[in-house]
Amino acid sequence: MNPRAKVWLLSALFLAGAVPLHAARIGELTDTTVLEQITRFFSLRDPALRAVLLGSVLLGITCGLLGSFIVVRKMSLMGDALSHAVLPGVALGFLWNMTKDPFAIFVGATLAGLLGTLVVYAITHTTRLKEDTALGLVLASFFAVGICLVKMIERLPTGSKSGIDKFLFGQAAALNTQDLQLMTGVTILVVVLLALFYKEVLVSSFDVGFARAAGLPTRLIHHGLMLLLAFAVVIALQAVGVVLVSAMLITPAAAAYLLTDRMHRMLVLAAVFGVASGVLGAFFSFLGNNLPTGPFMVLAASAVFGTAFLFGPRHGTVARWWRQRSRSARVERENLLKSLFHVLEAREFRGEGVTLQEVCERRRETIETVRHGVIALRRHGLVTFDEAGEAVYLTPDGWQRARAIVRNHRLWELYLTNEAKIAADHVHEDAEEIEHVLGEETVRQLEKGLDYATRDPHGKVIPSTADILRGDSAASAENLIGYGKRP
Amino acid sequence: MTSTTQSHPASSGAQPRSALPPAGDPRELPLEVHDLTVAYHRKPVLWGIDLQVPKGQLVGIIGPNGAGKSTLIKAIMGLLPLSSGWVKIFGEPYRTNLRRVGYVPQRESVDWDFPVNVMDVVLMGRYGKLGLFKRPTSKDRDLARECLDKVKMLPYANRQIANLSGGQQQRVFLARALAQESDLYLMDEPFAGVDAATEAAIVEILHELKSRGKTLLVVHHDLPTARNYFDLLILLNMRLVAFGPTGQVFNYELLQKTYGGRLTILSEVADAVRQKTS
Repeated sequence: MNPRAKVWLLSALFLAGAVPLHAARIGELTDTTVLEQITRFFSLRDPALRAVLLGSVLLGITCGLLGSFIVVRKMSLMGDALSHAVLPGVALGFLWNMTKDPFAIFVGATLAGLLGTLVVYAITHTTRLKEDTALGLVLASFFAVGICLVKMIERLPTGSKSGIDKFLFGQAAALNTQDLQLMTGVTILVVVLLALFYKEVLVSSFDVGFARAAGLPTRLIHHGLMLLLAFAVVIALQAVGVVLVSAMLITPAAAAYLLTDRMHRMLVLAAVFGVASGVLGAFFSFLGNNLPTGPFMVLAASAVFGTAFLFGPRHGTVARWWRQRSRSARVERENLLKSLFHVLEAREFRGEGVTLQEVCERRRETIETVRHGVIALRRHGLVTFDEAGEAVYLTPDGWQRARAIVRNHRLWELYLTNEAKIAADHVHEDAEEIEHVLGEETVRQLEKGLDYATRDPHGKVIPSTADILRGDSAASAENLIGYGKRP
Repeated sequence: MTSTTQSHPASSGAQPRSALPPAGDPRELPLEVHDLTVAYHRKPVLWGIDLQVPKGQLVGIIGPNGAGKSTLIKAIMGLLPLSSGWVKIFGEPYRTNLRRVGYVPQRESVDWDFPVNVMDVVLMGRYGKLGLFKRPTSKDRDLARECLDKVKMLPYANRQIANLSGGQQQRVFLARALAQESDLYLMDEPFAGVDAATEAAIVEILHELKSRGKTLLVVHHDLPTARNYFDLLILLNMRLVAFGPTGQVFNYELLQKTYGGRLTILSEVADAVRQKTS
């Protein structure tokens, strides 16, 4: 299962199951309102809560910054493997002196994580297995060893109260001063190193060959990032837990990646999302009477990601859907304009405004459909519509657009028959598609390439760009009832 | 044939003679490659390459797929471990003189969805000269803008690189190499998959660089144009088949030797040679 799916599944399980189950036995909440809980949490008066808040902020910054580079370097799975690989180290660190001494656990976890990355490196460089397989192997085997050790510790006389199980799903409330010192240290290290070596990390992430050719130590940069990543995973363990740490690395960064096209903005956004997710997660866990914090943090991050995924202005699904919709609406309008032109052309631009009936016959559509389309054209200032007479008159703007689209169509047909040697009766469908997407520059090239031809393969007149831009010549405007005269 | 060199085991070690005799001072010689051998997984892909590339020349590297063209320029820059031989850039090992080398990698070698814009990429050309801890200054930005202008991409400076055509992306890479302000340029297939306008723009820039005394090595895959674009040609097929002035090495015999029995290529060669003689 990929990390994202896992995150969603776990988050959903926790939302569906854990909250109502625990709600029944929340003692502290019975005599305080949610509002009071909120003020208590964010007022920073309670030292224990202050620790939780500070821890979440530090965690969010570290994970957001490193996660951004992990995402753009396509190493997301490495974060997942690393987080699972540290568990045996956590257990061994605990066994060192049978307490949750943060420094022993930090050292044990970091060493286990680095051992994991080394094994991945060894497998990919000495066998023909690729990195994804190596990561899968390391993730599962190290995690299995870790689980065995954790279960062993829990069976020891002192083990049941050890709190070692907290490392699986995270418990921000259990953060102590030493944990916070470590988190602060790692966060400062990450921020300072990334600030100092920003351009080196950037160029080696984008184009490793170029970076090496320019003399940058790309392998050192890679290993340095892996070391920082191991540190980040280890400090995040307490709050998020082994299982979900990688989500805190990837999710805020992935959301930021969808929202911006510049690396430095992505870093800032990812850090902000990380902090928001961490704080929100800790807060909901606190509301729920110290439920595991990890799932809530990841859930908050996933909500941020979901929002970016749906509503991101450029890469968001809604924006994309909207662009697609407005594009097809434009194609509809252009096709109707073209039909109006065809009607006018068929009667050699004489007579009164085009009636809906005439358009219906040409387009083989119902009168209601056509009326709808005409009203849309009127909204865009392309036609005036005499509703009583059911007659349509092109505005100067509409006249210009109609001729441009007809020009595109006929130029393309001519191009296909002349240059690509396609039979004249096979070019219409293709031109129907391309007429809407030809840019002005391409049209100019086409006109030039076709020696400013005036007739298309079917003998119809091709309106020229020069004429269209000049507005119409006075003579044809006079004759053009559908555009020039109004009742 | 007299002024061309063929590298085969019996003559390996003999210096190939190029059109222009190398200058006396080795620091004037942009590129010297001696007995270069590169192997992937113990399978050699380049054997015993000897080259002395004189200053101010536009050199094309041609040969069939898998001939080791990219490998050669990567090996020159030390991106690949050498099984034997050595490379000197202006008389020094590559690492000593890497600031004097500009590189245009293959366009497919990077992820164009990467969150940077055109300006960011061109500024990367300045990183090597900036040194650690330093950010690009306004001078670097001015230079980057000049380079973008040369490849006619200045209007796109703030564009995200994914929103460019293949030819435009190639020009961005070229602008980045220009920003490196180097004396020797190594370019890996800069003409691959570009439109005619870009190809013409690139050729113009290559000539402009050459006229300023720069030396250029360009991997190229199109035989008919190779004859027109380059002063010197390196014909490569794992070994150095020939290295010399285009007029002398671009002939049927040597091209056949380079491309072996590949029929389609052979007819292309025949066409190209016929064009030349007519």
